[in-house]
Amino acid sequence: MTSTISPTTTTSALGGVVHRKEDPALIQGHGKYTDDIKFTGEVAAAFTRSPFAHATINSIDTDAARAMPGVHAVYTIEDVRHLGTLLAQVPVGALRPLLADGVVKHVGEAVAMVVADNRYLAQDAADAVSVDYDPLEAVIDLKDALSDRVKVHDSLDSNLLISWVGPFGAEPEDQQKVKADIDAAKEGDDVVTVSQEMLNQRLIPVAIEPRAVVADYNPGYGSMTVFSSSQIPHALAGAIGKTLGLLSNQVRVVAPEVGGGFGAKLNVYSDEILVSWASMQLGHPVRWTETRREAAHSTVQGRGWVATATIVGTKDGEILGYQLEGIADMGAYTQNFTVAIPFLGLFVGSGQYKMPTWWKIDCVTTHTNTTDAYRGAGRPEAAYYLERIIDMYAREIGMDPAEVRKKNYIPNDQFPGAVSPVGFAMDTGDYGTNLDALIATSDYAGLRAEQKKAREEGRYLGIGLSSYVEVCGFAPAGLAELGFSWSTYGLPAAFSGSGLVRVNPDGTATVQIGTGPSGQGHETTWAQIVSDRLAIPVEHVKVRHGDTGDSPMGIGTFGSRSAAVDGSATYEASQRVRAKAAKMAAHLLEASEEDVVFANGGAHVAGSPDSSVTWAQIAEIAYMPHKLPEGMEGGLEASVVFNPSNATWPFGAHLAVVEVDAETGNVDLLRYITVDDCGNVINPMIVDGQVHGGIAQGVGQALFEEALYDETGNLLTGTLIDYPLPTAADLPTFELSRTVTPTDINPMGVKGIGEAGTIGSAQTVVNAVVDALAPLGVKHVDMPLRPRRVWQAIQEAKG
Amino acid sequence: MYPRPFEYVAPKTLDEALAALDQTEGAKVISGGMSLLGLMKLRLLSPGTLIDIGRIPELDQIEDRDDHIAIGALVTHGMTASHALTTEHATALAQAASWTGDVQVRNRGTTCGSLAHADTAADQPAGAIACGAVMVARSVGGDREIAAADFFVDALTSALEPNEILVELRIPKEGGRSAYDKLGRRGGHSDYAVAGAAAWVRSDNGTVADARIGLTGVGTAPSLAAGATEAIIGSDGSAEAIAAAAERAVEGVTVLEDLYGSEEYKTHLAKVYVARALEQALALARS
Ligand SMILES: Cc1cc2nc3c(=O)[nH]c(=O)nc-3n(C[C@H](O)[C@H](O)[C@H](O)COP(=O)(O)OP(=O)(O)OC[C@H]3O[C@@H](n4cnc5c(N)ncnc54)[C@H](O)[C@@H]3O)c2cc1C
Repeated sequence: MTSTISPTTTTSALGGVVHRKEDPALIQGHGKYTDDIKFTGEVAAAFTRSPFAHATINSIDTDAARAMPGVHAVYTIEDVRHLGTLLAQVPVGALRPLLADGVVKHVGEAVAMVVADNRYLAQDAADAVSVDYDPLEAVIDLKDALSDRVKVHDSLDSNLLISWVGPFGAEPEDQQKVKADIDAAKEGDDVVTVSQEMLNQRLIPVAIEPRAVVADYNPGYGSMTVFSSSQIPHALAGAIGKTLGLLSNQVRVVAPEVGGGFGAKLNVYSDEILVSWASMQLGHPVRWTETRREAAHSTVQGRGWVATATIVGTKDGEILGYQLEGIADMGAYTQNFTVAIPFLGLFVGSGQYKMPTWWKIDCVTTHTNTTDAYRGAGRPEAAYYLERIIDMYAREIGMDPAEVRKKNYIPNDQFPGAVSPVGFAMDTGDYGTNLDALIATSDYAGLRAEQKKAREEGRYLGIGLSSYVEVCGFAPAGLAELGFSWSTYGLPAAFSGSGLVRVNPDGTATVQIGTGPSGQGHETTWAQIVSDRLAIPVEHVKVRHGDTGDSPMGIGTFGSRSAAVDGSATYEASQRVRAKAAKMAAHLLEASEEDVVFANGGAHVAGSPDSSVTWAQIAEIAYMPHKLPEGMEGGLEASVVFNPSNATWPFGAHLAVVEVDAETGNVDLLRYITVDDCGNVINPMIVDGQVHGGIAQGVGQALFEEALYDETGNLLTGTLIDYPLPTAADLPTFELSRTVTPTDINPMGVKGIGEAGTIGSAQTVVNAVVDALAPLGVKHVDMPLRPRRVWQAIQEAKG
Repeated sequence: MYPRPFEYVAPKTLDEALAALDQTEGAKVISGGMSLLGLMKLRLLSPGTLIDIGRIPELDQIEDRDDHIAIGALVTHGMTASHALTTEHATALAQAASWTGDVQVRNRGTTCGSLAHADTAADQPAGAIACGAVMVARSVGGDREIAAADFFVDALTSALEPNEILVELRIPKEGGRSAYDKLGRRGGHSDYAVAGAAAWVRSDNGTVADARIGLTGVGTAPSLAAGATEAIIGSDGSAEAIAAAAERAVEGVTVLEDLYGSEEYKTHLAKVYVARALEQALALARS
């Protein structure tokens, strides 16, 4: 079931490597990103931001800024309070005021907005806004925040916003019983209990294209046109309309080319609302593009958990129970998903294992920037704790970590529909086969032999592995009752999929989808889906995306959902067009509809390929209805809303080989080997690309990245000088392969792959480093495994 | 990111540049711009005028001048890293240049700019110190020669006066061999040095006749590791001698904790890299 990339060209079948249709334009610099799209008469915004994590604002003096040449306006909360707060999808916690309202709650919070002729003047004027602050004590540490010693918001009873407890859906007393039973198991004879507190540090999502937005209000048409580097154009259109008193169809939001999002652009931001509002006030198009420093301080961050994982198990590797208890950092304000992110972790809280699991994460607010989705969103955190503690347990009982995992997997006979110990029904799974494939393809036994030899030479070679299960393509629509919809943005739309397929009069096809790519290759994948169903060549299928003005309602590109949910809608829409076209072809071929076969850019009669018509010939009669038989409707298009019965549950197993320089603590990642399973694969090259990027970000968390705040709430790693990102030069060539276990919940049998690489990788690398250092007695090192930390852990183990 | 407004001049001759620098309040020289522009965009530095020396001819040469080689003000990191004269006569400096930033940075940034910028964790200062470099600082008043070991005064502070341009760097041809090694902030050899050391040694019949060791990343400024240098001179260059010298790596250095390491860790790393640089330089000298 393994696959390799071969550079073949176009094949229209699903499963073929088709080179990305979008790349020639992007590589040659023809791609149009928000900052490339210019309006006549546009002006620029800049923000005055708080240098304090917590302070009272005594006064804001805007006179000097207003008097500067080229300045159009300076706004504070007094100007925009009537618009209400920034809207959030899951509004648990304190919502963000559009500009700071009396008190600032994190460093970088926007206090004033300046609009000027250009961005340089705007920044000068923003610096000239003088704010008189009275600093207050800030609460940054998660345990400190949970104690409520210092409150972040007077309006809330507690810094604790919500706790997510599993098994999900069980009554509290039943959850307590699961916990108590696991506690009781610890007292048993011949059992081993392993427990470790671990940090899953905060991260700054760094898209190559920073966030950017430009808004143009036309008072004559009463229309608002907004270009934004967003993953969720429809939600943004809804939020702008709801906040500014416009109907959603008066607002057109376009997410043109988007240079990466990773969840950070899965948010409606106050700057997007303010820029739109300012355009209405000033009669000018208004633009704002964030700087890297602003990105670090005001675009959402990810992760930020501290939790204790505990396993109790027998000495021969049977896990009797797993508990996770900890705190997740929500930052100061609740934005789009904020408090729901740990909930996504709970979905996979027991991984692909069968042991009883008790799980509790407290979501607390702190005086830091907001956290929200970042590639994997809750699931990398959940996988990290589980897969780290399983490794520690395996080491404790002296059993191979691969063996321990296999022994505790949910068995195949439970699928499809296995219900995980944390209470979720899963689609399909075959975990043992997947791990076996990794063991085989990596020559695991050979690696262990190599490690033995290295140890004899005094070298610290480590092998780490991890398996993971992911949940993505969140569905069904009923999850809307838990907040999974855009209702709070004025668009009561659940997380279902949409796709509109049209065969044009010349026989080409156009697909319109409400979601848009931020690097995932929708233009190619969707063309393949349509091409597979209609036999129109991929080159003749144009995919239009990310424009609320001309697409069906779209939810967005996030949670590895596009192919499984929107792709399925497009598949079904293609089927409908095909059924209609079959009638027309039958008429032209003078054959019966059942005998029409679509192939090679047209249709022919089964068994006699010479008796054929092209798509152009079919389209001609579709758009010249007088040529159609009596009673047949013209046109060749269909739009479908697809509501899957469940999310999809991809899985996989990863292995890393590292060498550690014990003298300096430096970690060298030597090999990275994966066997992922995302069900059927539409385009193997695109899937591999997603895995590549995902691993890079997981390795980034394991080795490099950390949003580090000091105790007063200053972000110490707010520039890319101090926040190192992994580059190609830091990473080995990834060795990827796959098993294929199709899902049963959508017609193509596809699951998601956008986040898998990230969910599987951070713990794989940490497991490898700890394995390398095991001879020195090191049991755990918190991420990121910067040399100083690794060295420190070695010193502590030495005692 | 958006710097404050500034004037920009691009003189065609060094004399014009020196005059402009002398006469313009708050002016700064810009060469590769790799460090200066970042600071300006963060608005941490806002010079009123930039004097771009990038269009002055003949500053982009590495020259062979009998008893020394001269590296001009516009020689890039990339050129220092790969030129036959530097790789032979200033191996440590060339190695340091090859590990400075990435390809783009090495194609724009200059060796003299890196030295003038005097970052506490920059690579090439250690190489310049070990190689016994002499800095030629020129102003309207004439030339001044400054030994590399005296050039790095404090964090981001060199011995240059505001009206001086570092026009070239001279490396004496003293024989012997040199090497540089570091732990980069990103791990391995990439990015600024968490700690790095360069060593130059000249051996004579199995004895280390002369040596210099430059240290970067650990203190308030790159500096000569005087204790380690003293310890290795006159020794037999054996593993024991290297270890003894490394023990004295931070003698006289105020080790500073930063995001990349505690005082204890940096002190340890200084010893590790002094030893590694010495090992490599001695191995080259022997071969
Ligand atoms: C992404 C990135 C990564 C980097 N990584 C590293 C690294 O790993 N190791 C490392 O050591 N450095 C690193 N650097 C810094 C790099 O080495 C810079 O190029 C160097 O510090 C400055 O050289 P420049 O020619 O660009 O000088 P500029 O940026 O133009 O100037 C820097 C300062 O020196 C002054 N100056 C420049 N030239 C002269 C002169 N001839 N006479 C007098 N004053 C002068 C300027 O006025 C300014 O104050 C990195 C930089 C970047 C952007």
